[in-house]
Amino acid sequence: MAKPTTPRPSRATAKAAAPAAGADHNRPRPETPTDYKASKEELLEFYRQMVLIRRFEEKAGQLYGLGLIGGFCHLYIGQEAVAVGIQSALKPGKDSVITGYRDHGHMLAYGIDPNVIMAELTGREAGISRGKGGSMHMFSVEHKFFGGHGIVGAQVSLGAGLGFAHKYNGDGGVCVAYFGDGAANQGQVYESFNMAELWKLPIIFVIENNQYAMGTSVNRSSAEDQLYRRGESFRIPGIQVNGMDVLAVRGATEEALKWVQGGNGPILLEMKTYRYRGHSMSDPAKYRSREEVQAMRDKSDPIEGVKAYLAAQGVGEDELKKIDQDIRKIVSEAADFAETSPEPDMAELYTDVLVEQY
Amino acid sequence: MGIAIKMPALSPTMEEGTLAKWLVKEGDDVRSGDILAEIETDKATMEFEAVDEGKIGKIVIAEGTEGVKVGTVIAEMAGEGGEEAAPAPKAAASAKAETAPEAPKKPVAVKATVADPSLPEGTEYVKTTVREALRDAMAEEMRSDERVFVIGEEVAEYQGAYKVTQGLLDEFGAKRVIDTPITEYGFAGIGTGAAMGGLRPIVEFMTFNFAMQAIDHIINSAAKTNYMSGGQMRCPIVFRGPNGAASRVGAQHSQNYAPWYAAVPGLIVIAPYDAADAKGLLKAAIRSQDPVVFLENELLYGRSFDVPKVDDYVLPIGKARIMRSGSDVTLVSYSIGVGLALEAAETLAAEGIDAEVIDLRTLRPLDTATVLESLKKTNRLVVVEEGWPTCSIASEIAAVVMEQGFDDLDAPVLRVTNEDVPLPYAANLEKAALIDAARVVAAAKKVCYK
Repeated sequence: MAKPTTPRPSRATAKAAAPAAGADHNRPRPETPTDYKASKEELLEFYRQMVLIRRFEEKAGQLYGLGLIGGFCHLYIGQEAVAVGIQSALKPGKDSVITGYRDHGHMLAYGIDPNVIMAELTGREAGISRGKGGSMHMFSVEHKFFGGHGIVGAQVSLGAGLGFAHKYNGDGGVCVAYFGDGAANQGQVYESFNMAELWKLPIIFVIENNQYAMGTSVNRSSAEDQLYRRGESFRIPGIQVNGMDVLAVRGATEEALKWVQGGNGPILLEMKTYRYRGHSMSDPAKYRSREEVQAMRDKSDPIEGVKAYLAAQGVGEDELKKIDQDIRKIVSEAADFAETSPEPDMAELYTDVLVEQY
Repeated sequence: MGIAIKMPALSPTMEEGTLAKWLVKEGDDVRSGDILAEIETDKATMEFEAVDEGKIGKIVIAEGTEGVKVGTVIAEMAGEGGEEAAPAPKAAASAKAETAPEAPKKPVAVKATVADPSLPEGTEYVKTTVREALRDAMAEEMRSDERVFVIGEEVAEYQGAYKVTQGLLDEFGAKRVIDTPITEYGFAGIGTGAAMGGLRPIVEFMTFNFAMQAIDHIINSAAKTNYMSGGQMRCPIVFRGPNGAASRVGAQHSQNYAPWYAAVPGLIVIAPYDAADAKGLLKAAIRSQDPVVFLENELLYGRSFDVPKVDDYVLPIGKARIMRSGSDVTLVSYSIGVGLALEAAETLAAEGIDAEVIDLRTLRPLDTATVLESLKKTNRLVVVEEGWPTCSIASEIAAVVMEQGFDDLDAPVLRVTNEDVPLPYAANLEKAALIDAARVVAAAKKVCYK
């Protein structure tokens, strides 16, 4: 590893839940995480992946506007540091990942080909689900990316099942189950927390708290709005992380992995993040002010944050410009691929309903 | 290089909108994320953001214009030098121009006409309860496949709320026979996730009434994933437990869910009657790569039937069984109704009516061929179902027979089902609400015009 970066002060504060009054103070707890010390190469890779997600999502929004993408389309713009920071700490092919319907970013961060993702969004034969899943339902068993689920909160129980399989098989893998602040109010999340801790399943629960469940803010929907505390009554420790800072995210993930791999059972990471766009493409976002969004973009943008880290390491705009151009090309090609690929053959209507013939 | 800014589709159903207001003017520099305009859709007024950076060249559609079709060029932007322009909306245009797709041709079912395995001469039969047969099926499959495990409420230390999992904990240990908290939605999801992760879970519901809490995972997660993933992601799981009315437990604990699950593409639904089928079909269900809903019946658990004593008794899924051969009328049923149909057939025989009894065994996919074959012979058909009449398996059989066997019918198809009410508790009312052999006899006579 090359020389470490100097973390920017005060941006990356992580907060570990203090035990509630009357709780068992002798219980072991994870360490308060520190920011990840990334090499210049790692920072450049973070930058590349985050810009890829942003440009990809902008393009997806554009194609939606052109009528090439239908239905619901949930963009990840603003939240890039979460998927990139976490995925960078995982072992592909060993650890498993599952998320909800805002899934494009996680797939890109996991190294899945942008072409087949974009072609799925446009509903084409070359799409990763052969055009039959769409934006919300994409999977790559090869990458141990288990979706892409459209029912809010379902991925948490399913993720606990993936963690169960890791433990049952003794394969040393860990499941990361991502869900939003909205899903954090679903009952099955707590059913899963209970069993995951009871059985010490190797799973990291990641709440991507982007502050709004569709149009309802966390404060309007959550009696306990400090979501990292939501596992406490199940003895699942929680850590609140600056989800706009990729090094804070990566640092917290390292700590979480250490905890889970140490056989301590699950852990909860609350990533404080923000989506710049509406909940889906048809959301006018009247529930928050334009100024609020702009302030986030100006002060906390995760890509600008990485740029600042890179600048501290002597990497200038010119070097980044080259990456930007490469990304634009990749995204442009993905869009072309997605537009020019044929729609699925009519026979596909009847395939894959069942695996076997009866 | 210029970039055409087009009227965006801002909802799944938007075809046109009103360009309410321009927030930029010609010559303005814009950055990605800046609001260009406000657009009124059928649902809301939306802010339309710039995707690319550049200078606004020309505003083509003036503000206040109504009925601007999606895809219309509303402005032109001069892009940053060297950057690629937004792709022309060629596919959008071609999508509009596309002719209505031809109705897809449904592939001819390449269904293997599988028969039950023929048993060697002199095969020994052992009297076995349905309960034991189910347990034996699970134990045999757990012995031969490490990935198979049982999870549910009271399945391990309590030995099963209805003792179906008796002895499994002793043989296979706590790793593979797992007691859960009372949390159906959660453990159905965990089971489904484990199946996606490569295991072979058997999820026991104490009764299927409680599976209503978990039906989201059975349908949305288990049944649809293979299709939605383009065939990438399997979900080999068995959801099993008692279904239908038990005895004097009232409305919330007495319901037949067979028609609910049988309505869902992507699921296999099995509802056996006797012990041999319970064993052979549960083994097949556990081995299947598809998600299976396996509906048992509490009142049948303690009944004994002959089960062939062979090493590996596996039956084909999707194949009905002719329980009794006859020539005058066909009685179609499944699960506990089969017993009533057989009882009715005995009564009918005494009155000179020779009834054929078919046990559907699998409810999805439905073996309509066996039903239609029988109808060709008898020309009369009665469906016997311990469940509500509306949108029932009986309704489905009646529809299939009307569509595909109309010319073979000498009388209307009759349905013998439970009364269309929540199941009452009082003994006399409960009895009145549930089907019995006498009602089957009456219906059979009616279609025979006797």
